[in-house]
Amino acid sequence: MDRPNLSFFRISRRKLSGDFIFEAIVGLFALGILILAFLLFRELFIESGLSRNTFGLRFLATSTWDPVNEVFGALPFIFGTLVSSFLALLIAVPFSLGIAIYLCELAPEKLRTPLSFIIELLAAIPSVIIGLWGIFILAPFIRDYLAPPLSMYLGFLPLFQGPMYGLSMLTGGVILAIMIIPITSSVSREVIMTVPTHQREAALALGSTGWETTRIAVLPYARSGIFGAVILGFGRAIGETMAVTMVIGNSPKISESLFSPSYTMASVIANEFVEATSKLYVSSLIEIGLLLLVISIIINIAARILVWKLLRVEGGGRA
Amino acid sequence: MKWNKRKLIDRIMSFLTAACVVIAIIPLVSILYTVIINGISAINLDFLTQLPKPVGEPGGGLGNAIQGTFIVVGIACLIGLPIGILSGVYLSEYGDNRFGRFVSFVADVLTGTPSIVAGMFAYTFIVLYFRSFSAIAGGVALSVLMIPIVTRTTEESLKLVPGSIKEASLALGIPKWKTTLYIVISTGKSGIITGALLAIARISGETAPLLFTSFGNMFWANGLDKPISTMPVQIYTYAITPFPDWHAKAWAGALVLIILILVLNIGVRFVTRRKYGL
Repeated sequence: MDRPNLSFFRISRRKLSGDFIFEAIVGLFALGILILAFLLFRELFIESGLSRNTFGLRFLATSTWDPVNEVFGALPFIFGTLVSSFLALLIAVPFSLGIAIYLCELAPEKLRTPLSFIIELLAAIPSVIIGLWGIFILAPFIRDYLAPPLSMYLGFLPLFQGPMYGLSMLTGGVILAIMIIPITSSVSREVIMTVPTHQREAALALGSTGWETTRIAVLPYARSGIFGAVILGFGRAIGETMAVTMVIGNSPKISESLFSPSYTMASVIANEFVEATSKLYVSSLIEIGLLLLVISIIINIAARILVWKLLRVEGGGRA
Repeated sequence: MKWNKRKLIDRIMSFLTAACVVIAIIPLVSILYTVIINGISAINLDFLTQLPKPVGEPGGGLGNAIQGTFIVVGIACLIGLPIGILSGVYLSEYGDNRFGRFVSFVADVLTGTPSIVAGMFAYTFIVLYFRSFSAIAGGVALSVLMIPIVTRTTEESLKLVPGSIKEASLALGIPKWKTTLYIVISTGKSGIITGALLAIARISGETAPLLFTSFGNMFWANGLDKPISTMPVQIYTYAITPFPDWHAKAWAGALVLIILILVLNIGVRFVTRRKYGL
């Protein structure tokens, strides 16, 4: 009575153990991702301890950045990052929406794939090369052709006052806008593609034109997903380093004018980390990095939740 | 009359949205054009094979930076590809539970890690520990960026493998791990390779994580535990100097880098598109 049971047991155990070992191995690697995320946070948290203890919350609210006397306040960088990123959104969102609507709804069928491929190619260009182009082409262009009319017609606003030397907040915002258009437009496009066809057909059956269909049937349906795409773009803009560093002018001052140079959180790390000599200096820069990490994690979680609902549950998604 | 007005608005909106596409393409065209025009005049065999020369001296090149980029990206692949691919296998084949969904979510969120933060992590984790900038630290920084991308693309492409194939294999009595290894992975292979190559293309151009991990070096690579020169960092250093001589070198370096990355990108997409007949 024991024997058949035993042999059955043995076979199933052998199967079980092969499967078990394999699942355990790949599972460990998956666990590795959680460990990586944890370590990423832990390292920056520990190494920024000195700065957090010395300055406390004042670090976020004061604007003195004085490596000689070891007084550090990150406000100018937080300001620069937020303003340049919002400026980028202001420029990029209308364009991205236009691109997504055109490529999903209004463009001739034949053009859709090649055009979206070309737009996404922009995302493949390394940041440092976009920065190089920014220094030698974009910054002079903005200085000579965009800034003069802005200060002539809108010069009464504090935003467009003062001299413009090319490397400025405005240039930083424009270059960020260029860099986030691929992601905002491609995520918006994916979201719009998940809108069920019967939504469109209902509008078309009532005699709507292509644009009316988009406005009435498609956009309201995709609204939360598009918002997610915008937030994703914002997250990208905040973390973007090289191109901004090369064109924003790197001056830790808070100025009302978009024409004056500024500094971002990522740029100050890129510029000063290697030269940071004292422990407190390094620690302060790491705290800025920690801040950057936390902000981008929050933004990404928010965006994923908004976009995921559409892409995962409703089964569109990327192929 | 009313019909005409609606038709007109439709035309106008089509035109405006099309204009958005055209305007968005202008920077791309301008970037490619200036990189090619400025790069082509400074590029030659010496540029690809020689060490950099001090400013003012003619000649010299980025040979060591090209070598260094391959080394650092190679290290990143050695670390990043196994972790990324195997976690992706787990998420797709065994990950339909709370743990799996959580890991998948974390990987997704990690794809948005600012690249400079990845560099900072490698600095505190490796550079501080070994007390020296090193090629390894650069590779670790890049692998942090690479792992989540590879994990998610692997997961996505394995999920596309039809269930019927897995079931056929399981029905023949092949255990699940062998099915996964020999049937699922080999069916989804091209998707995994595509994802890996796109991730490599992405990290090859990264500068920020390398600034304070692999640092830079004016000589040929002399050990993985030593600072090493890479193309993106070298382009950056040349770009921010005031010397026109070095600007030309930056453009030429940009041309080499852009060719490398675009060939990877376009090549991969062309191959996969043909394969699936899209």
